[in-house]
Amino acid sequence: MGLLSDPNRRKALTNLLTRLNAPICMVCYLAAIVWFMGLAFEPFTLRTYMSENAMGSTMVEERFSSGERALSLAKEFDAHKRKAGGMPVEWLVKAMQARGLEVFTQSFSRKLPFPDENKERYMVRGTNVYGILRAPRAPRTEALVITAPCSPGNSDNQAVGLLLALAQYFRNQIFWAKDIIFLVNEHDLIGMQAWLEGYHHTNITGMEYSPLQGRAGSIQAALSLELSSDVITSLDLILEGLNGQLPNLDLANLFYAFCQKLGVLCTIQGKLQRNDWDTAEGYTHAAQTMMLMVLKQACGRSWGDHGLFLRYHIEAASIRGINGFRHYKMDVATIGRLLEGMVRKLNNLLERLHQSYFFYLLPSLSRFVSIGYYMPAFGLLAVILLLRALDLWVNLGAPALEAVDGVTEAEQPSGPGVLTVLTPVVISHLTGVALYLLPVHLQEMAVEHFPVSETEAVVLTAVAIYTAGLALPHNTQRLLSGEGTEQGWKVLKLTALLYLAVLLGCTALINFSLGFVLAVTLVPITASMTPHMPKALSALAMVLLSPAFTILYCVFIYQELIEAPVSVGEGWMLFLSVISQGILDHALYGSLVYPLLALFIYPCWLMFWNILFWS
Amino acid sequence: CQPHPGSFQEELVIRPLHSGDIYASFQFRTLWDTDFLQEGQKKVSHYRLFPKSLGQVLSKFSVQELHISFTQGFWRTMQWGQPFIPSPPGAELWVWFHDTVSDVDGNWKELTNVLSGIFCASLNFIDMTNTVQPSASFKPLGLGNATDHRFLRYATLPREIVCTENLTPWKKLLPCGSKAGLAVLMKSEKLFHSSFHSQAVHIRPICQQCTSKAWELRQTLNVVFDHYTSGQGKKEWSLFKMFSRTLTEACPLASSSKVYVDITDNPELFELSPATPLLSQAVVLGDRRTYSVYDLTRAETFGQLRSFNLLLRWKGDSGDMLRPLLHAERYVAGFGLQTGEIHTVIYNNHPYRAFPVLLMDSVPWYLQLYIHTLTVTSKSRDNKPSYIHYQPAKDRHRPHLLEMLIQLPPHSMTEVTVQFERALLKWTEYTPDPNHGFYVGSSVVSALVPSMVAMSTNFTQDQPLFSSFVPVKEESSYFVRVYTEPLLVNLPTPDFSMPYNVICLTCTVVAVGYGSFYNLLTRTFQVDEPSPPLAKRLANFIRRIRGVPLLA
Repeated sequence: MGLLSDPNRRKALTNLLTRLNAPICMVCYLAAIVWFMGLAFEPFTLRTYMSENAMGSTMVEERFSSGERALSLAKEFDAHKRKAGGMPVEWLVKAMQARGLEVFTQSFSRKLPFPDENKERYMVRGTNVYGILRAPRAPRTEALVITAPCSPGNSDNQAVGLLLALAQYFRNQIFWAKDIIFLVNEHDLIGMQAWLEGYHHTNITGMEYSPLQGRAGSIQAALSLELSSDVITSLDLILEGLNGQLPNLDLANLFYAFCQKLGVLCTIQGKLQRNDWDTAEGYTHAAQTMMLMVLKQACGRSWGDHGLFLRYHIEAASIRGINGFRHYKMDVATIGRLLEGMVRKLNNLLERLHQSYFFYLLPSLSRFVSIGYYMPAFGLLAVILLLRALDLWVNLGAPALEAVDGVTEAEQPSGPGVLTVLTPVVISHLTGVALYLLPVHLQEMAVEHFPVSETEAVVLTAVAIYTAGLALPHNTQRLLSGEGTEQGWKVLKLTALLYLAVLLGCTALINFSLGFVLAVTLVPITASMTPHMPKALSALAMVLLSPAFTILYCVFIYQELIEAPVSVGEGWMLFLSVISQGILDHALYGSLVYPLLALFIYPCWLMFWNILFWS
Repeated sequence: CQPHPGSFQEELVIRPLHSGDIYASFQFRTLWDTDFLQEGQKKVSHYRLFPKSLGQVLSKFSVQELHISFTQGFWRTMQWGQPFIPSPPGAELWVWFHDTVSDVDGNWKELTNVLSGIFCASLNFIDMTNTVQPSASFKPLGLGNATDHRFLRYATLPREIVCTENLTPWKKLLPCGSKAGLAVLMKSEKLFHSSFHSQAVHIRPICQQCTSKAWELRQTLNVVFDHYTSGQGKKEWSLFKMFSRTLTEACPLASSSKVYVDITDNPELFELSPATPLLSQAVVLGDRRTYSVYDLTRAETFGQLRSFNLLLRWKGDSGDMLRPLLHAERYVAGFGLQTGEIHTVIYNNHPYRAFPVLLMDSVPWYLQLYIHTLTVTSKSRDNKPSYIHYQPAKDRHRPHLLEMLIQLPPHSMTEVTVQFERALLKWTEYTPDPNHGFYVGSSVVSALVPSMVAMSTNFTQDQPLFSSFVPVKEESSYFVRVYTEPLLVNLPTPDFSMPYNVICLTCTVVAVGYGSFYNLLTRTFQVDEPSPPLAKRLANFIRRIRGVPLLA
């Protein structure tokens, strides 16, 4: 700090920073990318370990053996599901009651803001059925949840069958210390949201539901089960939840420990672990797994039924059975044993899962990257914005600095009026508000005038508003009385840079992946943007690095990573459906990615667009 | 003078529940016609049936009435109906002190510590932060019309775990110990292999033929056995199966020793062997019940084998139970660690009668109740309580106490909600397992529930004990106390697992960041002038002495 209080040395430092600004920024950017890619390299990552003492050494013996019963229950459930054309409420209530559970139902209904074309639903009406296994001699203060969805068609019957078989087996045991809730939810996430809101007696998304009759205290952990075939080859663990929230790493460790113990093949992001980290293929594999996690987390969706639990501070994960083309097959009883082991370990918990990490990336199930390791990658990107801002600040204050030696406050009352800066800021934000509000509210009008469906109307309105925003700078200039001065754009850019730095910084703290993905695309173009660059070329570069194109690239990269590459046309359709899903996720479950992009990131990007066309 | 010997009675009631479970309730009553509180009398030192350890405690602390219960598990009113003697999960202690006591709080503090030693329980954790003085919910059950609640102390420890170490001292209070009589059935490996376990001690003064005051000690033990976890699918019960013992004799000191089996639903539900010709009818909790009675003081009860094993065989499925008239539950609504809402839901399942209930809530200080958000709604209409007694909490000194008299409309659900904010505790105030959460004790709903059956009010000897515990003044209604679930609430918890990191980071931030900013803000910058030459300094020195202005 002596460095800053001494005017001479301070001047030397700022001189150095301004002179070497561009090269430092370049180095930072490259270092950030290299650092990030290095995270997947095995020697740089840590091996996962069980932090929670209560789940560590006390290995339990699994005895669940009624796999056949689970399968016959699955068939029975399937038959009744077909007959009822949806959730077979009566049958399920009877089946749970016969197993000695306290059974309750919850009906809910939800009108979507516009029809969901992926899942073909608009007016959703359904019933959740749940049974509570009361732990002997426990005062109903703690609970664990096991859920299975009642999905249309043939899928997830085995999950419900296994759920019921587990309930029967668990009911006959004496060792439970926490109540166990067996939940079968209809309409996947909507039903889950209704149940969670009912359980916690809140209403954050405008869902209509009947109040819950039975409760079991505070829920400590939840496991969601997806199983669609009688035999499986591997189990996939899904962790990414709403808004990029992740469950405590110990839950993943627990799953991995039991997979190891029972010899079950386990995957994450659908990718098996490889042992050859020192080969190029091995590294690429780990990098792909980690990139998939980053992309999934960045999009802020709940990737399984577990994802909505995380908001309520309930550690949850989904376990999905995969029947691939492998030699080695497992029956349902093995999965039952795995779940039994996990639930018994969770039952042993004395405290909520809190010992291990909440912020991590997984290049494989046995390796993790903690927040301390991945944050520098983002920090290096954020530093670029700050360095550019510093450069501008010094530039703007340069004449003032000479006059008042040694005082940092280079206020310029005679500089460009507040209006010059404020106008573009306000206008871009109003565009953002329009982008946020209009697509859903204008759908009826759009449907009337154009031959499109509601969903298409919403998405295309969003794209149209987004594109229309690009025409703004010319109009902004016309609105202003004075000419944009050299000082003017610098002040605007300084504001925009700091604004972007704060935005991305806050985003990265909550959802690292989203912050990082946005920073990677936004930082280079925003850092280098001036009005003196060749207009056409830099405009093209800006558009290609705008938030919408970032989403488009993510779609292509994601498809590439899950080994289902798509053509440009299909990619475009996927892009449109991603947008509609984002808007739906926001309306239905309160996902924050769409409002963040529409209300903050896009206006911020528009401010830079303004600078480019500053005259 | 020879003190009156007193009497001892023991009994066991077995009630097959509609859920298929079995409810076994032991009661032991010791009566003693003496009054250790009487002033001027010689100190009582000769104890016979009455346990000396308790007698001494009563006289030392001038206790008028003492009720203590240890419960592991939660009574499931909706499946099991009303228990004979209700109790909340964990430990509950309420004591009426004699009105001559001057320092009630001091006596209470000492008493809890002594009882903690007697029952091997953590009752010493009862202090002023979890003790309340309910104004209306806990009236004396025995003689004496002391209703000044200054002499009442009530506390619960919802977290208390009850196990064998609490059972052993409890059994030692019995005249026969666990050597003879019904107490031989109390083997802890079976008693704790159950869905519900509750043991209690109730001491109160009662009226002995209303000529003299007598002390009554009731020890009760209630267990519910689960047919799923122990039955292997076969619905068959016997004393041996439940307790891994059979009865061979009554306690020789007991004046009466009986086993009752509730056969009101017989023969539809189950078959009982051996059969007994003795039947008894009693009105329990507003319902007329029929009981088979087995008198253990008679030799023929034990038959040829000299052992009495009761066998109960279920026939077919159990039918539906009548919904209990009064039922309450409680939960915490909301999410996040800042605020929340306590919901207490009380059900009146009576088809056409409204009745008032007294709701008592004692909430620890670290949940800061917003009492202005208190709402009581029945049938989606505001239901104004006719009596509210609210004592706000003092941080670290005393809990909130909220008592309300609420009229429950017939066939209705009444919801009481109040919002709260979670306090941030000092770092030494957290328990060793802060992420487990903090407990809030059960709220207590006390009510006179209307019954169809008129009830006699005199305490006659031949009436079963379990039917005569609570004195009922008003005919056609009976007293019920319902406890809700305790709550487990998470408070904002610092990350204790890395104190080192936290300390290092904060110290660094404070030292580097704050220190240098403070330095920059307070330092005044001025141009350094070269020091004046020696001659000038000398001249100035002389001028200062002379008192003339200095040279520049």
